[in-house]
Amino acid sequence: MEHFHGSGRVAIATLAAILFLAAPRVGIVHAAQDAKSSEIPSGNADNGKQLFVKNGCYECHGREGQGSSMSGPRIAPDPIPFDVLLNYVRKPKGEMPPYTAKVISDKDLADIYAYLQSRKEPPTAKALPLLK
Amino acid sequence: MTKSNKTASGRRDFLKGVVAGAATLAAVPAEALPTAQPAQPIEARASMPVLPPMIESDPPADAEVLNIDRSGSDFMVDCLKSLGIEYVCAVAGSSFRALHESVINYGGNSKPEFITCCHEESSVGMSHGYAKIEGKPLCIFAHGTVGLQHASMAIYNAYCDRVPVYVVIGNNLDATKRDSGYGEWPHSVQDAAAMVRDYVKWDDTPISLQHFAESAVRAYKVAMTPPMSPVLLVADSELQENPIAEDAALHIPKLTLAAPPQGDSGSVGEAARLLVQAQNPLIVVDRYARTQRAIELLVELAETLQAPVIDQAGRMNFPTRHPLNQTSRRGAAVANADVIMGLEATDFWSALNTMHDQVHRTSRPIMKSDAKLISITTGDLYSKSNYQDFYRYTGVDLAMAADAEATLPALIEEAKRQITADRKRAFDDRGAKLATAHQKALDQARTDATYAWDASPVSTARVCAELWEQIKGEDWSLVSILRHFSWWPLRLWPFEKQYQYIGTQGGGGVGYNAPASVGAALANKKYGRLSVSIQDDGDLLFAPSVLWTAAHHRIPLLAVMHNNRAYHEEMMHVQRMANRHNRGIDRAGIGTTFEDPNFDFSKIAQGMGVYAEGPITDPNELGPALKRAIAVVKRGEPALLDVVTQPR
Repeated sequence: MEHFHGSGRVAIATLAAILFLAAPRVGIVHAAQDAKSSEIPSGNADNGKQLFVKNGCYECHGREGQGSSMSGPRIAPDPIPFDVLLNYVRKPKGEMPPYTAKVISDKDLADIYAYLQSRKEPPTAKALPLLK
Repeated sequence: MTKSNKTASGRRDFLKGVVAGAATLAAVPAEALPTAQPAQPIEARASMPVLPPMIESDPPADAEVLNIDRSGSDFMVDCLKSLGIEYVCAVAGSSFRALHESVINYGGNSKPEFITCCHEESSVGMSHGYAKIEGKPLCIFAHGTVGLQHASMAIYNAYCDRVPVYVVIGNNLDATKRDSGYGEWPHSVQDAAAMVRDYVKWDDTPISLQHFAESAVRAYKVAMTPPMSPVLLVADSELQENPIAEDAALHIPKLTLAAPPQGDSGSVGEAARLLVQAQNPLIVVDRYARTQRAIELLVELAETLQAPVIDQAGRMNFPTRHPLNQTSRRGAAVANADVIMGLEATDFWSALNTMHDQVHRTSRPIMKSDAKLISITTGDLYSKSNYQDFYRYTGVDLAMAADAEATLPALIEEAKRQITADRKRAFDDRGAKLATAHQKALDQARTDATYAWDASPVSTARVCAELWEQIKGEDWSLVSILRHFSWWPLRLWPFEKQYQYIGTQGGGGVGYNAPASVGAALANKKYGRLSVSIQDDGDLLFAPSVLWTAAHHRIPLLAVMHNNRAYHEEMMHVQRMANRHNRGIDRAGIGTTFEDPNFDFSKIAQGMGVYAEGPITDPNELGPALKRAIAVVKRGEPALLDVVTQPR
């Protein structure tokens, strides 16, 4: 596919990055979904929604966490276990930039997690006439 | 210049002997050829002798000439006509005023027709998009200095995309004839083409009309020979404006486009052997298809081998719903392949490797270490040094410096000849598995599209689905880039025809989409196609005046804004840096977002005479708005819908 370029003039990452973004990160997410979840902290979904935007999560994952084939996988609804998400955010393996505890606290991540959990399952593709 | 009172017929008499360059074009696909012009008789006569501008002396004071019948620019227009050039896109400029006047009066403002642009980047961008549909260039006029400076970034973009662009610039070479009152000193230059010589394939500065004619035809031929690229001619203002000599024996040479080079038979045979014997062959294709025939050939080759195709989308190369289209699972396909063939794969390396964007950039292959690589590309025939658009070197096992489209017939024939019954059975088994994987990927795309279905801002998948509902019964053409739109149309729509998608751009970052979509729509106009563009907000803001050009020239185009109110790609880059430096991203919007105030794109478009609605934030309002806008486009006018969207 085309190489990354901006609406402006910052340019160039390649198909390689696209592949790396799409495949391994989705793989991590799916693998994590099979793992047994540790304890899920309580969080404030309303605050999490604001933090999701403030911390730029939406930029790659969309405002609903729906993901994009070009920037980041779907992370909501039904997010991966919190401890897996926490570890990944701190030390991502793929193209995601790292978020240290200095930048975003565990408590804030718990709020974001609550927001992701609050997202509702969409209708199926078969139920949407435009996607048949 | 004062216009002559002589009649138009008199004007035309002088060149009735000119041999127009209607080409004999054997072995060149018909759709790639310029419109043939009728041959004109040879008998060029005019009232005054003409000398090359550098040696012409001033006329005596008592011999002031107020009128002339025929100027050099008339002959230049004949040259353009002989090449079948349909349009000239230009911002008016004094250094080509004679050419301008000759197009609209002598040439009758038809083939070429003058298209009024408001920025030279728009002129070139329109030419870029036009060529993607029509397979040949239109012409651009520009000032040799400031106009070319504006145009240069778009020329570079077209060069990177290997698209033919035909630029003619005005200049005032003779320093003794420059009028300061017209700004001709700062608008003159010694070597006008120098500025863009790194990214045009050929340029020339003719010093006589005959020289111009030969260079005009040569430039066209060079531009149209794969790898196609921009070319540039300098039309000196005196050469344009001086009268044609009474006894000038001018003629326009015949244009014969060069047949693209095919791979040699030995290499073709070896490529066929590797592909036929492979357990898991893979075809990677990028700037491959110039014609519908190219798509058909690739389908035939893929079906012959039952080989998966990964389309890097530089052109409309392969039907999106074909079971062998495995673009959505390219990582797995590359990792599984034992023979990989790149067809005009501009960045083959990145199809086979990954680059990790961390503090220390690392890369790793995703293909098997013993996979055999084949490349067929005209990229091996032409390269320059300074600008680095040639991408990372890929060590391949078999390289054909040849045109992939021209080579495929021989490769198909050779592959068919080598296939045994055993291999055929293996191919059929492979094909069945690939068909299952293709259907699974399509189902997954539909499922992915459901997420954020009712969200506001509107999801890009929802925009794509709503748009398809409105155009699926039309003869549509998607005239925009799609990467920022998560490639949704290519994932969800059935693309089959060459004109249904204009492919990616070249260098990027110059505001290509808006002018290219208008240029492509201009090409589609005569075919009655419904041109549709998904228009990024940041892209449009470079030179939005191209909307006025679309309105003024009644170019039917539906532009649906992907208005995420940011240079979103750049925002992610800044975010990456902020996180890398452990500073948080609170300020990543500085310099990257378009808020406070928001752009009102519907008002911008309306201010340029374009029907527009928006901003649309409720996805349920989109369908009815699309219906209304398409009705406008079907009347032959442009329309724009400002849709506030999710980032990607």
